[in-house]
Amino acid sequence: MSETALKSSAATAPAMLSVENLHAWYAESKVLHGINFDVREGELLTLIGRNGAGKTTTLRAIMGILQKRTGSIRINGDELIGKRTFEIARKGIAYCPEERAIFSSLSVRENLLLPPVLKPGGLTEEEVFEIFPNLLRRASSQGTKLSGGEQQMLALARILRTGSRLLLLDEPSEGLAPVVVKEIGEMILKIKARGYTVLLVEQNLRFARKVADRHVVIENGAVADILTAEEVERAPERIQSYLGV
Amino acid sequence: MTVQLLAGQLLLGLINGSFYALLSMGLAIIFGLMNVVNFAHGAQYMIGAFTAWFLLTNFGVPYWAALVIAPLIVAALAMIMERLLLRPLSNLDHLYGLLATYAIALIVEGLVRQRYGATGIPYDSPIKGGIHLGFMFLPWYRLWVVVFSIVTCVGTWFLIEKTRLGAYLRAANEMPQIVESFGINVPKMITLTYGFGAGLAALSGVLAAPIYQVSPSMGSNVMIVVFAIVVIGGMGSISGAIITGYLLGIVEGLTKIVYPEGANMVVFVFMAAALMWRPDGMMKSN
Ligand SMILES: Nc1ncnc2c1ncn2[C@@H]1O[C@H](COP(=O)(O)OP(=O)(O)OP(=O)(O)O)[C@@H](O)[C@H]1O
Ligand SMILES: [Mg+2]
Repeated sequence: MSETALKSSAATAPAMLSVENLHAWYAESKVLHGINFDVREGELLTLIGRNGAGKTTTLRAIMGILQKRTGSIRINGDELIGKRTFEIARKGIAYCPEERAIFSSLSVRENLLLPPVLKPGGLTEEEVFEIFPNLLRRASSQGTKLSGGEQQMLALARILRTGSRLLLLDEPSEGLAPVVVKEIGEMILKIKARGYTVLLVEQNLRFARKVADRHVVIENGAVADILTAEEVERAPERIQSYLGV
Repeated sequence: MTVQLLAGQLLLGLINGSFYALLSMGLAIIFGLMNVVNFAHGAQYMIGAFTAWFLLTNFGVPYWAALVIAPLIVAALAMIMERLLLRPLSNLDHLYGLLATYAIALIVEGLVRQRYGATGIPYDSPIKGGIHLGFMFLPWYRLWVVVFSIVTCVGTWFLIEKTRLGAYLRAANEMPQIVESFGINVPKMITLTYGFGAGLAALSGVLAAPIYQVSPSMGSNVMIVVFAIVVIGGMGSISGAIITGYLLGIVEGLTKIVYPEGANMVVFVFMAAALMWRPDGMMKSN
Protein backbone atom coordinates (compact mmCIF):
# COMPACT_ATOMS: atom_id res chain seq x y z
CA MET A 1 0.00 0.00 0.00
CA SER A 2 1.42 3.44 -0.90
CA GLU A 3 1.70 6.23 1.63
CA THR A 4 -1.09 8.26 0.04
CA ALA A 5 -3.39 5.25 0.10
CA LEU A 6 -2.70 4.90 3.82
CA LYS A 7 -3.44 8.55 4.35
CA SER A 8 -6.71 8.57 2.47
CA SER A 9 -8.02 5.45 4.22
CA ALA A 10 -7.19 7.03 7.58
CA ALA A 11 -9.00 10.18 6.58
CA THR A 12 -12.35 8.40 6.41
CA ALA A 13 -11.81 5.91 9.25
CA PRO A 14 -13.90 6.19 12.43
CA ALA A 15 -12.39 7.85 15.52
CA MET A 16 -10.42 5.44 17.68
CA LEU A 17 -9.63 7.97 20.40
CA SER A 18 -11.72 11.04 21.07
CA VAL A 19 -10.69 13.74 23.48
CA GLU A 20 -13.39 16.22 24.40
CA ASN A 21 -13.11 19.30 26.54
CA LEU A 22 -10.11 17.93 28.45
CA HIS A 23 -8.95 19.97 31.42
CA ALA A 24 -6.01 18.88 33.56
CA TRP A 25 -4.10 20.07 36.61
CA TYR A 26 -0.72 19.55 38.25
CA ALA A 27 -1.77 19.92 41.89
CA GLU A 28 -3.41 23.37 41.93
CA SER A 29 -1.92 24.60 38.68
CA LYS A 30 -4.22 24.19 35.69
CA VAL A 31 -2.38 23.28 32.50
CA LEU A 32 -4.98 22.07 29.98
CA HIS A 33 -8.00 24.23 29.26
CA GLY A 34 -10.46 22.25 27.16
CA ILE A 35 -8.60 20.17 24.57
CA ASN A 36 -10.64 18.65 21.70
CA PHE A 37 -9.46 16.29 18.96
CA ASP A 38 -10.03 12.82 17.49
CA VAL A 39 -7.51 10.22 16.39
CA ARG A 40 -8.90 8.04 13.60
CA GLU A 41 -8.12 4.40 13.22
CA GLY A 42 -4.86 3.88 11.33
CA GLU A 43 -4.04 7.57 11.45
CA LEU A 44 -0.84 9.26 12.56
CA LEU A 45 -1.78 12.46 14.31
CA THR A 46 0.75 14.88 15.76
CA LEU A 47 0.33 17.18 18.71
CA ILE A 48 2.60 20.03 17.79
CA GLY A 49 3.42 23.16 19.73
CA ARG A 50 6.07 25.12 21.58
CA ASN A 51 7.83 24.18 24.81
CA GLY A 52 5.42 24.13 27.70
CA ALA A 53 2.32 24.19 25.48
CA GLY A 54 0.83 21.13 27.19
CA LYS A 55 1.62 18.30 24.75
CA THR A 56 3.18 15.94 27.27
CA THR A 57 0.48 16.81 29.76
CA THR A 58 -2.17 15.77 27.22
CA LEU A 59 -0.56 12.34 26.81
CA ARG A 60 -0.17 11.95 30.58
CA ALA A 61 -3.83 12.86 31.06
CA ILE A 62 -4.94 10.33 28.45
CA MET A 63 -2.77 7.66 30.11
CA GLY A 64 -4.13 8.50 33.56
CA ILE A 65 -0.66 9.23 34.91
CA LEU A 66 -2.06 12.66 35.59
CA GLN A 67 -5.20 11.75 37.55
CA LYS A 68 -6.62 15.21 38.08
CA ARG A 69 -8.52 15.71 34.83
CA THR A 70 -12.06 16.41 33.63
CA GLY A 71 -13.88 16.17 30.32
CA SER A 72 -14.07 13.03 28.26
CA ILE A 73 -11.47 10.69 26.75
CA ARG A 74 -12.90 7.71 24.93
CA ILE A 75 -11.21 4.82 23.19
CA ASN A 76 -13.53 2.90 20.88
CA GLY A 77 -16.37 4.39 22.91
CA ASP A 78 -15.04 3.46 26.40
CA GLU A 79 -14.59 6.35 28.82
CA LEU A 80 -11.11 6.65 30.34
CA ILE A 81 -11.65 9.52 32.77
CA GLY A 82 -11.78 8.02 36.26
CA LYS A 83 -9.81 4.95 35.18
CA ARG A 84 -6.39 4.05 36.53
CA THR A 85 -3.29 3.89 34.35
CA PHE A 86 -3.12 0.08 34.23
CA GLU A 87 -6.81 -0.13 33.30
CA ILE A 88 -6.29 2.38 30.50
CA ALA A 89 -3.31 0.41 29.19
CA ARG A 90 -5.45 -2.73 29.11
CA LYS A 91 -7.89 -0.96 26.78
CA GLY A 92 -5.15 -1.11 24.15
CA ILE A 93 -3.15 2.09 24.60
CA ALA A 94 0.64 2.03 24.83
CA TYR A 95 2.78 4.94 25.98
CA CYS A 96 6.34 5.86 25.08
CA PRO A 97 7.34 8.71 27.41
CA GLU A 98 9.51 11.71 26.63
CA GLU A 99 12.27 10.51 28.98
CA ARG A 100 12.23 7.08 27.27
CA ALA A 101 12.21 5.30 30.62
CA ILE A 102 14.61 2.46 29.91
CA PHE A 103 15.15 0.33 33.01
CA SER A 104 18.75 0.26 34.15
CA SER A 105 18.28 -2.92 36.18
CA LEU A 106 17.24 -4.83 33.04
CA SER A 107 19.08 -5.83 29.87
CA VAL A 108 17.95 -4.65 26.43
CA ARG A 109 16.12 -7.92 25.83
CA GLU A 110 14.51 -7.82 29.30
CA ASN A 111 13.40 -4.24 28.66
CA LEU A 112 11.94 -5.33 25.35
CA LEU A 113 10.09 -8.29 26.82
CA LEU A 114 8.95 -6.53 30.00
CA PRO A 115 5.58 -5.18 28.85
CA PRO A 116 3.16 -8.10 28.94
CA VAL A 117 1.11 -9.01 25.89
CA LEU A 118 -2.34 -7.64 26.72
CA LYS A 119 -4.21 -8.41 23.54
CA PRO A 120 -3.63 -10.49 20.43
CA GLY A 121 -2.41 -8.69 17.31
CA GLY A 122 0.97 -7.38 18.49
CA LEU A 123 4.23 -8.00 16.70
CA THR A 124 6.39 -11.01 17.54
CA GLU A 125 9.89 -10.54 18.92
CA GLU A 126 11.28 -11.38 15.45
CA GLU A 127 9.09 -8.81 13.75
CA VAL A 128 10.20 -6.18 16.25
CA PHE A 129 13.86 -6.96 15.55
CA GLU A 130 13.14 -6.67 11.81
CA ILE A 131 12.14 -3.06 12.34
CA PHE A 132 14.95 -2.45 14.88
CA PRO A 133 17.86 -4.65 13.75
CA ASN A 134 20.44 -2.81 15.84
CA LEU A 135 18.64 -3.75 19.07
CA LEU A 136 19.21 -7.42 18.31
CA ARG A 137 22.95 -6.80 18.25
CA ARG A 138 22.83 -5.13 21.67
CA ALA A 139 20.25 -7.50 23.18
CA SER A 140 22.30 -8.51 26.21
CA SER A 141 23.66 -5.03 27.07
CA GLN A 142 22.32 -3.20 30.07
CA GLY A 143 19.37 -1.08 28.89
CA THR A 144 20.78 2.29 29.87
CA LYS A 145 24.18 1.58 28.27
CA LEU A 146 22.64 2.21 24.84
CA SER A 147 23.05 5.51 23.01
CA GLY A 148 20.20 8.02 23.14
CA GLY A 149 18.97 6.97 19.71
CA GLU A 150 19.09 3.29 20.57
CA GLN A 151 17.26 3.90 23.84
CA GLN A 152 14.56 5.71 21.89
CA MET A 153 14.30 2.75 19.51
CA LEU A 154 14.07 0.36 22.46
CA ALA A 155 11.33 2.47 24.02
CA LEU A 156 9.38 2.28 20.75
CA ALA A 157 10.16 -1.37 20.15
CA ARG A 158 8.96 -2.64 23.51
CA ILE A 159 5.41 -1.35 23.10
CA LEU A 160 4.85 -3.05 19.74
CA ARG A 161 4.54 -6.55 21.17
CA THR A 162 1.73 -5.80 23.58
CA GLY A 163 -1.14 -5.90 21.13
CA SER A 164 -2.09 -2.29 21.89
CA ARG A 165 -3.12 -0.65 18.63
CA LEU A 166 -2.93 2.96 19.76
CA LEU A 167 0.56 4.29 20.46
CA LEU A 168 1.21 7.54 22.31
CA LEU A 169 4.74 8.68 21.42
CA ASP A 170 6.27 11.68 23.17
CA GLU A 171 8.94 13.48 21.10
CA PRO A 172 10.90 10.51 19.80
CA SER A 173 13.14 12.91 17.83
CA GLU A 174 14.14 14.97 20.86
CA GLY A 175 17.84 15.42 21.44
CA LEU A 176 18.96 13.15 18.62
CA ALA A 177 21.34 13.78 15.73
CA PRO A 178 19.68 14.46 12.34
CA VAL A 179 20.66 11.08 10.86
CA VAL A 180 19.17 9.29 13.85
CA VAL A 181 16.01 11.38 13.64
CA LYS A 182 15.71 10.31 10.01
CA GLU A 183 16.12 6.64 10.98
CA ILE A 184 13.49 6.97 13.71
CA GLY A 185 11.17 8.59 11.19
CA GLU A 186 11.53 5.61 8.86
CA MET A 187 10.84 3.25 11.74
CA ILE A 188 7.72 5.15 12.68
CA LEU A 189 6.49 4.90 9.08
CA LYS A 190 7.10 1.14 9.21
CA ILE A 191 5.15 0.95 12.45
CA LYS A 192 2.33 2.91 10.86
CA ALA A 193 2.39 0.64 7.82
CA ARG A 194 1.70 -2.22 10.23
CA GLY A 195 -1.67 -0.60 10.87
CA TYR A 196 -0.94 1.04 14.23
CA THR A 197 -2.73 4.24 15.14
CA VAL A 198 -0.25 6.82 16.42
CA LEU A 199 -0.60 9.97 18.47
CA LEU A 200 2.78 11.65 18.16
CA VAL A 201 3.96 14.63 20.18
CA GLU A 202 6.49 16.70 18.24
CA GLN A 203 8.19 20.07 18.09
CA ASN A 204 10.32 19.21 15.08
CA LEU A 205 8.07 20.26 12.20
CA ARG A 206 10.25 18.74 9.47
CA PHE A 207 10.07 15.40 11.21
CA ALA A 208 6.34 15.72 11.87
CA ARG A 209 5.60 16.58 8.24
CA LYS A 210 7.33 13.43 7.02
CA VAL A 211 5.16 11.06 8.99
CA ALA A 212 1.84 12.69 9.87
CA ASP A 213 -1.64 12.60 8.36
CA ARG A 214 -2.86 15.53 10.46
CA HIS A 215 -1.45 18.02 12.90
CA VAL A 216 -3.13 19.35 16.02
CA VAL A 217 -1.51 22.58 17.13
CA ILE A 218 -1.46 23.04 20.91
CA GLU A 219 -0.97 26.48 22.41
CA ASN A 220 -1.25 27.39 26.09
CA GLY A 221 -3.10 24.21 26.94
CA ALA A 222 -5.70 24.49 24.18
CA VAL A 223 -6.05 23.46 20.55
CA ALA A 224 -5.14 26.41 18.32
CA ASP A 225 -5.64 24.70 14.97
CA ILE A 226 -6.04 21.36 13.23
CA LEU A 227 -4.40 20.95 9.81
CA THR A 228 -4.20 18.05 7.39
CA ALA A 229 -0.87 17.05 5.86
CA GLU A 230 -2.08 18.43 2.51
CA GLU A 231 -2.92 21.79 4.05
CA VAL A 232 0.53 21.99 5.57
CA GLU A 233 2.18 21.09 2.27
CA ARG A 234 0.17 23.76 0.46
CA ALA A 235 0.80 26.49 3.02
CA PRO A 236 3.54 25.60 5.51
CA GLU A 237 3.70 29.22 6.78
CA ARG A 238 0.49 28.74 8.66
CA ILE A 239 1.81 26.02 10.98
CA GLN A 240 5.26 27.62 11.10
CA SER A 241 3.77 30.80 12.52
CA TYR A 242 2.41 28.83 15.50
CA LEU A 243 5.80 27.36 16.20
CA GLY A 244 7.66 30.60 15.68
CA VAL A 245 10.08 29.11 13.18
CA MET B 1 41.58 -24.05 69.96
CA THR B 2 40.40 -27.41 68.78
CA VAL B 3 38.96 -28.47 65.46
CA GLN B 4 35.91 -29.71 67.34
CA LEU B 5 35.25 -26.30 68.80
CA LEU B 6 35.76 -24.63 65.46
CA ALA B 7 33.43 -26.98 63.61
CA GLY B 8 30.83 -26.70 66.34
CA GLN B 9 30.80 -22.91 66.26
CA LEU B 10 30.71 -22.94 62.47
CA LEU B 11 27.59 -25.05 62.59
CA LEU B 12 25.94 -22.92 65.25
CA GLY B 13 26.82 -19.86 63.19
CA LEU B 14 25.22 -21.44 60.16
CA ILE B 15 22.01 -22.04 62.12
CA ASN B 16 21.86 -18.43 63.32
CA GLY B 17 22.85 -17.37 59.84
CA SER B 18 19.83 -19.23 58.44
CA PHE B 19 17.54 -16.91 60.36
CA TYR B 20 19.60 -13.84 59.53
CA ALA B 21 19.47 -14.74 55.84
CA LEU B 22 15.71 -15.39 55.76
CA LEU B 23 14.88 -12.24 57.68
CA SER B 24 17.26 -9.92 55.86
CA MET B 25 16.07 -11.30 52.53
CA GLY B 26 12.46 -10.38 53.39
CA LEU B 27 13.55 -6.91 54.48
CA ALA B 28 15.55 -6.46 51.29
CA ILE B 29 12.59 -7.49 49.12
CA ILE B 30 10.28 -5.03 50.84
CA PHE B 31 12.86 -2.25 50.78
CA GLY B 32 13.71 -2.99 47.16
CA LEU B 33 10.17 -2.45 45.91
CA MET B 34 8.70 -0.01 48.40
CA ASN B 35 11.73 1.85 49.76
CA VAL B 36 10.22 1.20 53.18
CA VAL B 37 12.48 -0.04 55.96
CA ASN B 38 10.05 -2.51 57.47
CA PHE B 39 10.55 -2.13 61.21
CA ALA B 40 7.56 -4.39 61.74
CA HIS B 41 9.59 -7.31 60.40
CA GLY B 42 10.61 -8.47 63.86
CA ALA B 43 7.02 -8.29 65.08
CA GLN B 44 5.88 -10.29 62.06
CA TYR B 45 8.54 -12.90 62.88
CA MET B 46 7.40 -13.03 66.48
CA ILE B 47 3.71 -13.25 65.51
CA GLY B 48 4.62 -16.14 63.19
CA ALA B 49 6.08 -18.02 66.15
CA PHE B 50 3.20 -17.10 68.45
CA THR B 51 0.63 -18.15 65.85
CA ALA B 52 2.28 -21.56 65.57
CA TRP B 53 2.25 -21.94 69.36
CA PHE B 54 -1.33 -20.67 69.62
CA LEU B 55 -2.55 -23.02 66.91
CA LEU B 56 -0.84 -25.95 68.61
CA THR B 57 -2.05 -25.30 72.15
CA ASN B 58 -5.60 -24.30 71.23
CA PHE B 59 -6.39 -26.38 68.21
CA GLY B 60 -3.72 -29.06 68.22
CA VAL B 61 -2.42 -27.86 64.86
CA PRO B 62 0.97 -29.55 64.39
CA TYR B 63 4.18 -27.78 63.49
CA TRP B 64 4.13 -28.84 59.84
CA ALA B 65 0.69 -27.38 59.26
CA ALA B 66 1.61 -24.23 61.18
CA LEU B 67 4.60 -23.79 58.90
CA VAL B 68 2.10 -23.10 56.13
CA ILE B 69 -0.81 -21.54 58.04
CA ALA B 70 1.06 -19.03 60.23
CA PRO B 71 2.85 -17.32 57.31
CA LEU B 72 -0.46 -17.09 55.44
CA ILE B 73 -2.19 -15.48 58.42
CA VAL B 74 0.65 -13.00 58.97
CA ALA B 75 0.80 -12.23 55.23
CA ALA B 76 -2.93 -11.46 55.22
CA LEU B 77 -2.60 -9.15 58.23
CA ALA B 78 0.41 -7.47 56.65
CA MET B 79 -1.48 -6.85 53.42
CA ILE B 80 -4.29 -5.19 55.34
CA MET B 81 -1.69 -3.09 57.12
CA GLU B 82 -0.11 -2.13 53.79
CA ARG B 83 -3.43 -1.01 52.34
CA LEU B 84 -4.61 0.91 55.39
CA LEU B 85 -1.39 2.33 56.73
CA LEU B 86 1.53 2.19 54.32
CA ARG B 87 -0.19 3.03 51.04
CA PRO B 88 -1.50 6.40 52.24
CA LEU B 89 2.07 7.23 53.31
CA SER B 90 3.70 6.06 50.09
CA ASN B 91 3.75 9.52 48.50
CA LEU B 92 5.44 11.07 51.51
CA ASP B 93 9.03 10.80 52.65
CA HIS B 94 10.04 7.18 53.27
CA LEU B 95 10.74 8.09 56.86
CA TYR B 96 6.98 8.03 57.49
CA GLY B 97 6.76 4.42 56.38
CA LEU B 98 9.63 3.56 58.66
CA LEU B 99 8.00 5.30 61.62
CA ALA B 100 4.62 3.69 60.92
CA THR B 101 6.09 0.19 60.81
CA TYR B 102 8.10 0.92 63.95
CA ALA B 103 4.94 2.03 65.73
CA ILE B 104 3.19 -1.17 64.66
CA ALA B 105 6.12 -3.20 65.94
CA LEU B 106 6.01 -1.53 69.35
CA ILE B 107 2.24 -1.88 69.64
CA VAL B 108 2.19 -5.53 68.62
CA GLU B 109 5.06 -6.44 70.90
CA GLY B 110 3.45 -4.55 73.77
CA LEU B 111 0.09 -6.26 73.30
CA VAL B 112 1.63 -9.72 73.15
CA ARG B 113 3.70 -9.03 76.28
CA GLN B 114 0.57 -7.80 78.05
CA ARG B 115 -1.35 -10.93 77.16
CA TYR B 116 1.27 -13.67 77.42
CA GLY B 117 4.02 -12.20 79.61
CA ALA B 118 7.64 -11.60 78.82
CA THR B 119 9.10 -15.03 79.48
CA GLY B 120 9.82 -17.46 76.72
CA ILE B 121 7.36 -20.26 76.06
CA PRO B 122 8.87 -23.55 74.91
CA TYR B 123 7.66 -25.13 71.68
CA ASP B 124 8.38 -28.81 71.22
CA SER B 125 10.64 -29.74 68.38
CA PRO B 126 8.70 -31.66 65.74
CA ILE B 127 11.75 -33.76 64.89
CA LYS B 128 13.36 -35.63 67.75
CA GLY B 129 16.87 -36.95 67.98
CA GLY B 130 19.96 -36.04 66.08
CA ILE B 131 23.37 -37.20 65.07
CA HIS B 132 26.73 -37.34 66.85
CA LEU B 133 29.20 -35.68 64.53
CA GLY B 134 32.15 -36.30 66.81
CA PHE B 135 32.67 -32.64 67.55
CA MET B 136 29.10 -32.01 68.54
CA PHE B 137 25.60 -33.40 68.73
CA LEU B 138 23.51 -32.03 65.84
CA PRO B 139 19.77 -32.24 66.43
CA TRP B 140 17.93 -33.20 63.25
CA TYR B 141 15.67 -30.23 63.67
CA ARG B 142 18.57 -27.80 63.33
CA LEU B 143 19.75 -29.54 60.21
CA TRP B 144 16.23 -29.18 58.83
CA VAL B 145 16.30 -25.44 59.57
CA VAL B 146 19.57 -24.97 57.71
CA VAL B 147 18.46 -26.98 54.69
CA PHE B 148 14.99 -25.45 54.57
CA SER B 149 16.29 -21.90 54.83
CA ILE B 150 18.84 -22.45 52.07
CA VAL B 151 16.14 -23.88 49.79
CA THR B 152 13.79 -20.99 50.61
CA CYS B 153 16.48 -18.37 50.04
CA VAL B 154 17.64 -19.84 46.74
CA GLY B 155 14.05 -20.29 45.55
CA THR B 156 13.14 -16.71 46.42
CA TRP B 157 16.32 -15.37 44.85
CA PHE B 158 15.47 -17.27 41.67
CA LEU B 159 11.92 -15.93 41.68
CA ILE B 160 13.08 -12.35 41.96
CA GLU B 161 16.23 -12.33 39.88
CA LYS B 162 15.36 -14.81 37.15
CA THR B 163 11.65 -14.71 36.43
CA ARG B 164 9.27 -12.34 34.70
CA LEU B 165 7.55 -11.56 37.98
CA GLY B 166 10.90 -10.51 39.42
CA ALA B 167 11.59 -8.29 36.42
CA TYR B 168 8.30 -6.48 37.14
CA LEU B 169 9.36 -5.98 40.74
CA ARG B 170 12.74 -4.58 39.80
CA ALA B 171 11.27 -2.37 37.10
CA ALA B 172 8.48 -1.11 39.37
CA ASN B 173 11.11 -0.06 41.88
CA GLU B 174 12.75 2.12 39.22
CA MET B 175 9.68 3.61 37.51
CA PRO B 176 6.33 2.44 38.90
CA GLN B 177 4.25 4.64 36.59
CA ILE B 178 5.89 3.25 33.49
CA VAL B 179 5.34 -0.32 34.65
CA GLU B 180 1.73 0.58 35.36
CA SER B 181 1.44 2.02 31.83
CA PHE B 182 2.22 -1.49 30.57
CA GLY B 183 -1.06 -2.63 32.10
CA ILE B 184 0.34 -3.97 35.37
CA ASN B 185 -1.53 -3.30 38.59
CA VAL B 186 1.47 -1.98 40.49
CA PRO B 187 -0.35 -1.09 43.75
CA LYS B 188 -1.62 -4.67 43.99
CA MET B 189 1.86 -5.96 43.27
CA ILE B 190 3.20 -3.83 46.13
CA THR B 191 0.55 -5.18 48.52
CA LEU B 192 1.37 -8.76 47.56
CA THR B 193 5.10 -8.14 47.90
CA TYR B 194 4.69 -6.72 51.37
CA GLY B 195 2.56 -9.74 52.27
CA PHE B 196 5.21 -12.05 50.87
CA GLY B 197 8.00 -10.36 52.83
CA ALA B 198 5.97 -10.49 56.04
CA GLY B 199 5.07 -14.11 55.33
CA LEU B 200 8.78 -14.93 55.07
CA ALA B 201 9.31 -13.30 58.46
CA ALA B 202 6.51 -15.39 59.94
CA LEU B 203 7.95 -18.53 58.35
CA SER B 204 11.26 -17.77 60.06
CA GLY B 205 9.36 -17.29 63.30
CA VAL B 206 7.76 -20.74 63.06
CA LEU B 207 11.17 -22.24 62.25
CA ALA B 208 12.66 -20.45 65.24
CA ALA B 209 10.01 -21.46 67.78
CA PRO B 210 11.47 -24.89 68.66
CA ILE B 211 15.03 -23.50 68.85
CA TYR B 212 14.79 -20.13 70.61
CA GLN B 213 11.39 -20.45 72.34
CA VAL B 214 8.45 -18.15 71.74
CA SER B 215 8.65 -14.74 73.40
CA PRO B 216 7.40 -11.19 72.71
CA SER B 217 10.91 -9.78 72.38
CA MET B 218 12.29 -12.50 70.11
CA GLY B 219 11.71 -10.29 67.09
CA SER B 220 13.24 -7.08 68.33
CA ASN B 221 16.30 -8.97 69.60
CA VAL B 222 17.15 -10.56 66.29
CA MET B 223 16.15 -7.58 64.14
CA ILE B 224 18.90 -5.33 65.42
CA VAL B 225 21.42 -7.74 63.93
CA VAL B 226 19.33 -8.24 60.79
CA PHE B 227 19.14 -4.52 60.07
CA ALA B 228 22.91 -4.36 60.28
CA ILE B 229 23.12 -7.27 57.83
CA VAL B 230 20.85 -5.56 55.33
CA VAL B 231 23.02 -2.46 55.52
CA ILE B 232 26.17 -4.54 54.94
CA GLY B 233 24.59 -6.52 52.10
CA GLY B 234 23.35 -3.40 50.35
CA MET B 235 19.82 -2.17 50.98
CA GLY B 236 17.49 -3.92 48.60
CA SER B 237 20.00 -6.46 47.28
CA ILE B 238 18.52 -9.94 47.60
CA SER B 239 21.69 -11.91 46.98
CA GLY B 240 23.62 -9.49 49.19
CA ALA B 241 21.18 -10.02 52.07
CA ILE B 242 21.28 -13.82 51.77
CA ILE B 243 25.05 -14.19 51.53
CA THR B 244 25.74 -11.61 54.23
CA GLY B 245 23.17 -13.30 56.47
CA TYR B 246 24.93 -16.66 56.37
CA LEU B 247 28.42 -15.19 56.47
CA LEU B 248 27.79 -13.03 59.49
CA GLY B 249 26.10 -15.87 61.31
CA ILE B 250 29.31 -17.80 60.82
CA VAL B 251 31.55 -14.85 61.67
CA GLU B 252 29.59 -14.38 64.87
CA GLY B 253 30.06 -18.05 65.71
CA LEU B 254 33.79 -17.91 65.10
CA THR B 255 34.15 -14.75 67.15
CA LYS B 256 32.76 -16.70 70.10
CA ILE B 257 35.92 -18.82 69.98
CA VAL B 258 38.57 -16.15 69.64
CA TYR B 259 36.91 -13.35 71.57
CA PRO B 260 33.63 -14.38 73.18
CA GLU B 261 32.96 -10.91 74.60
CA GLY B 262 32.95 -9.48 71.09
CA ALA B 263 30.49 -11.93 69.53
CA ASN B 264 27.50 -9.71 70.15
CA MET B 265 29.01 -6.71 68.50
CA VAL B 266 31.09 -8.13 65.67
CA VAL B 267 28.20 -7.65 63.23
CA PHE B 268 28.06 -3.96 64.05
CA VAL B 269 31.79 -3.60 63.59
CA PHE B 270 31.27 -5.01 60.10
CA MET B 271 28.38 -2.66 59.52
CA ALA B 272 30.43 0.38 60.49
CA ALA B 273 33.27 -0.82 58.29
CA ALA B 274 30.91 -1.45 55.38
CA LEU B 275 29.38 2.00 55.72
CA MET B 276 32.79 3.62 55.62
CA TRP B 277 34.23 1.40 52.93
CA ARG B 278 31.27 1.06 50.59
CA PRO B 279 28.17 2.97 51.62
CA ASP B 280 26.21 1.28 48.82
CA GLY B 281 26.71 -2.19 50.25
CA MET B 282 29.00 -4.98 49.18
CA MET B 283 26.80 -6.64 46.60
CA LYS B 284 25.61 -3.60 44.68
CA SER B 285 26.99 -3.66 41.18
CA ASN B 286 28.32 -0.47 39.56
N1 LIG C 1 5.17 18.06 37.13
C1 LIG C 1 4.72 19.30 36.86
N2 LIG C 1 4.28 20.08 37.88
C2 LIG C 1 3.81 21.33 37.63
N3 LIG C 1 3.75 21.89 36.42
C3 LIG C 1 4.17 21.16 35.37
C4 LIG C 1 4.68 19.83 35.55
N4 LIG C 1 5.03 19.35 34.35
C5 LIG C 1 4.76 20.32 33.46
N5 LIG C 1 4.23 21.42 34.07
C6 LIG C 1 3.80 22.66 33.42
O1 LIG C 1 2.74 22.37 32.55
C7 LIG C 1 2.86 23.07 31.35
C8 LIG C 1 2.81 22.13 30.16
O2 LIG C 1 3.91 21.25 30.23
P1 LIG C 1 4.13 20.07 29.21
O3 LIG C 1 5.23 19.23 29.76
O4 LIG C 1 2.85 19.41 28.94
O5 LIG C 1 4.63 20.84 27.92
P2 LIG C 1 5.11 20.26 26.53
O6 LIG C 1 4.21 20.83 25.51
O7 LIG C 1 5.21 18.80 26.56
O8 LIG C 1 6.52 20.94 26.41
P3 LIG C 1 7.91 20.33 25.87
O9 LIG C 1 7.87 20.54 24.40
O10 LIG C 1 8.93 21.23 26.50
O11 LIG C 1 8.03 18.94 26.27
C9 LIG C 1 4.15 23.86 31.43
O12 LIG C 1 3.84 25.17 31.77
C10 LIG C 1 4.90 23.20 32.53
O13 LIG C 1 5.68 24.15 33.22
MG1 LIG D 1 6.80 17.49 26.51
